[in-house]
Amino acid sequence: MSSPATSITNVGTRSDDKTDATRNKSSRKPSVNVGSTERTISTVGGAALALYGLSRGSLAGIAIAAIGGGLIYRGTTGHCNVYEAINVDTAHGKHGGVSVPGNSGIKVEKSITINKPASELYKYWRNFENLPRFMDHLESVTVSGEKNSHWVAKAPAGTTVEWDAEIINEKENELIAWRSLEGADVDNAGSVRFEEATGGRGTVVKVSIEYNPPGGIVGATIAKLFGEEPNQQVQEDLRRFKQVMETGARSTTEGQSAGAGR
Amino acid sequence: MKAICWYGKDDVRVDTVPDPKILNQSDAVIKITSTAICGSDLHLLNGYIPTMQKGDILGHEFMGIVEETGSEVKNLKRGDRVVVPFTISCGNCFFCQKEMFSLCDNSNPNAWMAEKLYGYSPSGLFGFSHMMGGYAGGQAEYARVPFADVGPIKVPDELEDEQVLFLSDIFPTAYMAAENCRIEPGDTVAIWGAGPVGLLAIKSAFMLGAGRVISIDSVEERMALARQAGAETLDFNDEEGVLELLKQKTGGRGPDSCLDAVGLEAHGTSMGAIYDRIKATAFLATDRPNALRQAIVGCRKGGTVSVPGVYGGLLDKMPIGAAFNKALTIKMGQTHVQHYLKPLLARIKGGEIDPSFIITHRMRLEDAPEGYASFKHKQDNCIKIVLKPGQSAATTNGH
Ligand SMILES: NC(=O)c1ccc[n+]([C@@H]2O[C@H](COP(=O)([O-])OP(=O)(O)OC[C@H]3O[C@@H](n4cnc5c(N)ncnc54)[C@H](O)[C@@H]3O)[C@@H](O)[C@H]2O)c1
Ligand SMILES: [Zn+2]
Ligand SMILES: [Zn+2]
Repeated sequence: MSSPATSITNVGTRSDDKTDATRNKSSRKPSVNVGSTERTISTVGGAALALYGLSRGSLAGIAIAAIGGGLIYRGTTGHCNVYEAINVDTAHGKHGGVSVPGNSGIKVEKSITINKPASELYKYWRNFENLPRFMDHLESVTVSGEKNSHWVAKAPAGTTVEWDAEIINEKENELIAWRSLEGADVDNAGSVRFEEATGGRGTVVKVSIEYNPPGGIVGATIAKLFGEEPNQQVQEDLRRFKQVMETGARSTTEGQSAGAGR
Repeated sequence: MKAICWYGKDDVRVDTVPDPKILNQSDAVIKITSTAICGSDLHLLNGYIPTMQKGDILGHEFMGIVEETGSEVKNLKRGDRVVVPFTISCGNCFFCQKEMFSLCDNSNPNAWMAEKLYGYSPSGLFGFSHMMGGYAGGQAEYARVPFADVGPIKVPDELEDEQVLFLSDIFPTAYMAAENCRIEPGDTVAIWGAGPVGLLAIKSAFMLGAGRVISIDSVEERMALARQAGAETLDFNDEEGVLELLKQKTGGRGPDSCLDAVGLEAHGTSMGAIYDRIKATAFLATDRPNALRQAIVGCRKGGTVSVPGVYGGLLDKMPIGAAFNKALTIKMGQTHVQHYLKPLLARIKGGEIDPSFIITHRMRLEDAPEGYASFKHKQDNCIKIVLKPGQSAATTNGH
C-alpha cells in the first residue's frame, strides 16, 4: 500500500475512466476511494505478489499471496478499507497544481525526507542535467539557457520522446517549477519543493509531476513511459535521489555474481 | 569462484560463479577465509523467507582479507584482515546516524518489495532474499562488500578467525538481545533456544548482570553447553509444561526477562505448537510462534520480552492480552551489528569471552550442502559449522 505521504490524482482521459464516472455521481461517501492508476498498480502489484507467493508453494509464500490478494481486491474494486479507515480518498483528490492544462493526464505527488540541507539538494536538482542520474525514464537533459532545457525520455520499444522545457518559478533553496514548451511530444510539468523537516531532521522533498497526453494518444501510452506505474516510478526516482544525495551513489546489485540457475 | 547457492527448499548447491566486482566506488571485495552457517540460513533452506531466487549466493557470517577497494574507500586497503557485518548500512541516513544500522534507509535496492509487506524497508542484508536487497552472500571464495568504510572492522592478527568470526552476526545479535532484556542486577532471564544465538545470549546476559539464566531447549548437547555457560536448563517437551516449570523455578513470580532465540520455526508438542503446525500445513499462517507465545505468557508482570529470533510474515493467536495486561515491554529486530563491533571486539581481546566455544564442525566450502543437512537435522551433535574456503579436507576435519 502506498504511504500516507503519497497521493496520486487521475484527471481524465485514461483507458480506465471509471474514476471520472464515479466522481461525477455524487458527493456522498464514494465506494471508489483508490485512484485508477493506483488501482492498476494495486492490481498488478497484488497479482505479482499473489502469483509469486503461490508459485513458491511455501508457507511464507502464502502470506505474500494473502497480502497480494488484498491488493487485487483493492485494485479491482477501487476500494481500500485502509484508505477508508484513515479517510484518504485518492480517486477524488485535489486537482490544483502546475501547468498541465485542462482535465486530462496523470498527476503524481510524492515526498521523501533526506538527511541533507535544502541548499545542497536544491543545487543538485537545479542543474537539470543531473536528473537522469536518478530519474530512470529520462535519457538526457541538456541545459540550453538560464531557464531553458531540452529533455529526452525513453518511450516503449526503444523509441524516445523529446521536449523543450522552461523554468516557470523558482525560489532559491525552496522551490523549482518547470513545464514543457509548445511542440512537446508530451506536455508535462513538474515542481519540487524543499522544506526543512521538523526538529532539524533533514529536508522534506515534495515532488509533483503531471503528464498530459497529446491529441489522439491515450493516457495508457503515457503510463508506459513510466513502465506502467507512474506512482511507483516517481517514488523510486525520489528514493534514488535520496541515495545519491546521502551516500554519493545509487545502491545496486546490478552486475553481481550469481549461480547458473538464473 | 566457488559459491554456495540456493536452489529451493532443501536444495543448496556448490556452484562456479563469476568473481565479484566493485560495483560502486565505496565497495570492497573480500577474499573469504572463514564463513559460517547460521540458524537464519535454515529459514531460507526450509523455504520460510519469501523472494529467494534460484542461484542466489547464501551466507552472511564471513570474514577475510581485503582484495580490492573502490576509489572512495578510505578506511580499508588491500591486505587488511576484516570481519564483515551481515547488515549493509550507508552510515549517513537518519537511522545509521542513530546507530540503528539494520534500519538503514539507503542500502536496500529492492526497498519497494519490503515496503509492500512491512510498510517501510529495513536495511539490505547479505544473502537473505531479494526483499532484503538481493545481495550476494559470503558462503563463497570472495564477496563484494558495499559501504566498505561503514561495515567491516579490522581485527588484530593475534586473534584467530574463529575467535572473531561471530562478530559478523550472532555475538552482536545475542548481545543486543540481552541488552534488549533491560537486565537489572540479579534479574532472572529465561532464554528459549540453546542454538548459537541462545548460547551466546546466556553469556551476554551474565555479562550484563543477570543473576540467573534459565535456558529452554530439548537437544541434549545444546543444553549441556548451556549448563557449561552457567545456565539452568529446561526441556520444552517436559510433560509439566514450560510455563509451569518456569513459575516453579522463579518462586511463582516469573522471569524478569524472556528472550526468544528460536524464531519462526519453533518445535514442540504443546497445544500451541500442534495448533501452529496444523495451521501452517493448511496454509493459514506463515510463522510458528510457539516460543514467542510462551515468552509472553511466561514473563513476569512489568517484564521485558526480547526477540532476536527471526519472524517474517503473519502470526496467529498472539497473546496480546497477556502482554498488555502485564504491561510488558517487547523489543525486537535485526541486529544493529556495526554498533556492537568495537565494544565486543574489546571483550574478546580482553579475554572476557571466546565465542568459538559453540563451534562443532569445520568443513571445506564445498561440503556446505552436507553441512546444511546435518545442522538442520542436528545430526552428529552439530551446533555451529564454520566453512573454510580454499582449504583442503585435511586441515578442516577437526571437531
Ligand atoms: N535478529 C537477528 O539479527 C538474528 C541474527 C542471527 C540469527 N537470528 C535468529 O535467531 C534464531 C536462532 O538462531 P540459531 O543460529 O541459534 O538457530 P538454531 O536453529 O541453531 O537454534 C534454534 C534452537 O531453538 C530450539 N527450539 C526449537 N523450538 C523450540 C521451542 N519451542 N522452545 C525452545 N527452544 C526451541 C532448537 O532445538 C534449537 O536448538 C533464528 O530464528 C535465527 O534466524 C536472528
Ligand atoms: Zn546469521
Ligand atoms: Zn543508512
